[in-house]
Amino acid sequence: MALDDVTFTVTAGEFVSVVGHSGAGKTTLTKMILADDIPTSGTVFFESINVHKLKNKDLTKLRRRIGVVFQDFKLLSNKTAYENIAFAMEAAGKADEEITNDVPHVLDLVDLGNKIFHFPNQLSGGEQQRLAIARAIINQPELIIADEPTGNLDPINTYEVVQILKKINDLGTTVILTTHNKGVIDSVGKRVITLENGKIIRDTKNSK
Amino acid sequence: MTALKRIIKAGFINFTRGGIISWAAVLVVTITLSVITMIILLQAVLYFSLNVIKDKVDVTIYFNVGTSEDKIILLKESLLKLPEVAAVSYTSDIEALKLFRSRHENDYPTIQALDEIGDNPLGAYLNVKAREVNQYEDIANFLKSDNTLVLGSANIIDKVNYHQNKLVIDKLNAIISGAQKLGFLITLLLIIISIIITFNTIRLTIFISKEEISVMRLVGASKMRVRGPFMIEGAIYGIVATILTLILFWPVTAWLGRNMTDFLGINMYDYYVSNFFQIFAIILLSGIFLGVISSFLAIRKYLNK
Repeated sequence: MALDDVTFTVTAGEFVSVVGHSGAGKTTLTKMILADDIPTSGTVFFESINVHKLKNKDLTKLRRRIGVVFQDFKLLSNKTAYENIAFAMEAAGKADEEITNDVPHVLDLVDLGNKIFHFPNQLSGGEQQRLAIARAIINQPELIIADEPTGNLDPINTYEVVQILKKINDLGTTVILTTHNKGVIDSVGKRVITLENGKIIRDTKNSK
Repeated sequence: MTALKRIIKAGFINFTRGGIISWAAVLVVTITLSVITMIILLQAVLYFSLNVIKDKVDVTIYFNVGTSEDKIILLKESLLKLPEVAAVSYTSDIEALKLFRSRHENDYPTIQALDEIGDNPLGAYLNVKAREVNQYEDIANFLKSDNTLVLGSANIIDKVNYHQNKLVIDKLNAIISGAQKLGFLITLLLIIISIIITFNTIRLTIFISKEEISVMRLVGASKMRVRGPFMIEGAIYGIVATILTLILFWPVTAWLGRNMTDFLGINMYDYYVSNFFQIFAIILLSGIFLGVISSFLAIRKYLNK
C-alpha cells in the first residue's frame, strides 16, 4: 500500500512541501490529486469537487486548472519549446493571438527566450524543467503540483527551479512540491508534510 | 473551426517530423493498396477470360432436310422471346453445304461422296446463345416442351446437340462458378491480410507516441485534440500511398500491355488508363479509410486512461 490514512488540507495560496524517502508515497499522493490514480478508499476534494467522481470530460477541465511539473519533465519530444507551451494553451481553448503573444513572454520568464525553436532533446535538464514549469503556469492555474521537479537536476538548476516556484507562489498560485532533498525544503522554508511508509508522520507550518 | 485547423496542422507537422516511421507506414499502406489494385486488374482479366469461354459455348438445332424456311424463322422468333436467349443465328441448308465444302476442301473422298449424292444432304440449323452458361438446359427443355409443338416444330427438328454438349457445358459451368468463388475468396483473404498488417504498423507508430499521448492528456487536451492529429496523419499515409501506388502501376501496366496482351487476352494498359478514375477513387478511399480507421482504433487504447 502506497498511502495509508493520509488526511490534510491545503488552503489557497499556500506553498506546501511534501517530503519523504523514495517509495514513501509522494508520487502516489500527487497522482491522487490529479485523479491519475484511484484510491481504494477515501476522497480527494479540489475546492468542493470530488475529483474521483468526475467524468472524463470534467476531469479534462479540472486538469486545466492544475499545472503539473514532473521529475522526468514529460515534455512533448516531437514539439519545439514554443509548440510545447502552445499545445497547453490550445488544449485550454485559447485563441491564436493570445498564444502568439503569451508564449514568448512566458519563455522569457523562465529564461528560455533564446531557445524558442529548440526541441526538448536539444535542451539541458535544467532548461527542460524550466520549460515544463513554463508550460505548467501558462494557463494561470490555481494550483501547481511539482513532483520531484529537482530530482534529476544539479544544485544550481535545483536552486533556480525552486526560486521560480517561489516566485509563482508569491504571485498567488498554490504550490504543492514533493522532494526528498533536504536542501530544497530548507531553501523554500514553508509548510512541510513528512511522509513515511505511506503515513504522515509530521506536518509543520514552518520548517525554520 | 480553430480546433479543426490546429488538428490538421498538427497532423501535417507530425507526418513530416515522423521521418522514417512515417515513410515505413506509407510503404505498408502502399503495399496494401497495390494488392487491391492488383486484385482489380486480375478481376478484369478473370471476367474477360470467362466471357471469352462463355462465348464459345452454344447450342445448335439441326432441322430435317427440306424443312421450310418460314417454320424455322417462326421458331427463331419464339426463341428470341425467351429471356434466357441472348442471340440466335440462322444458317440455311445452302449455306450449310457451302460451309461444309470449304471446311473439307482438302478432304477429297468426302467431297467426292458429296458430289455422288447430288442433292444437298444437309439441313438448315439455328445457333442459339444463352445469356448465362447454366441456361442452356432451359432452352433445350423449351424445345422439347409443348410450346414448340403448338408451332409444329417438333417434327421438323432433327436433333439438338445440347445433350452431346451437356457434359462439356456442365464442366465449364462448374469451372466458371468455381473460378469466381475462388477469386472472391482470394481477394477477401488478401485484403484482410493487408488490412491487418497495415493496422499493426500504424499501431506501432502510435505505440511509439504512447508517452506523448499521456502527456497531452495530463496537460488537459481533449480526446479529440489528441486523436485528431493521428487520424489526419493516417489520412496522409493513405493519400501519399495512393499517389505512389498509382504511379507504380503506370509502368507495370504499360509493360503488361506491351508484352502480355496475347496471354491475358486484354490490354492491361488500356484497361488501366480507361478506368483510371474509378481505380483512383477506389484506391484513394481505401487508403484514407485504412489510415484513419487504423489510427482511430489504435489510439483508443492509450486514450482511455
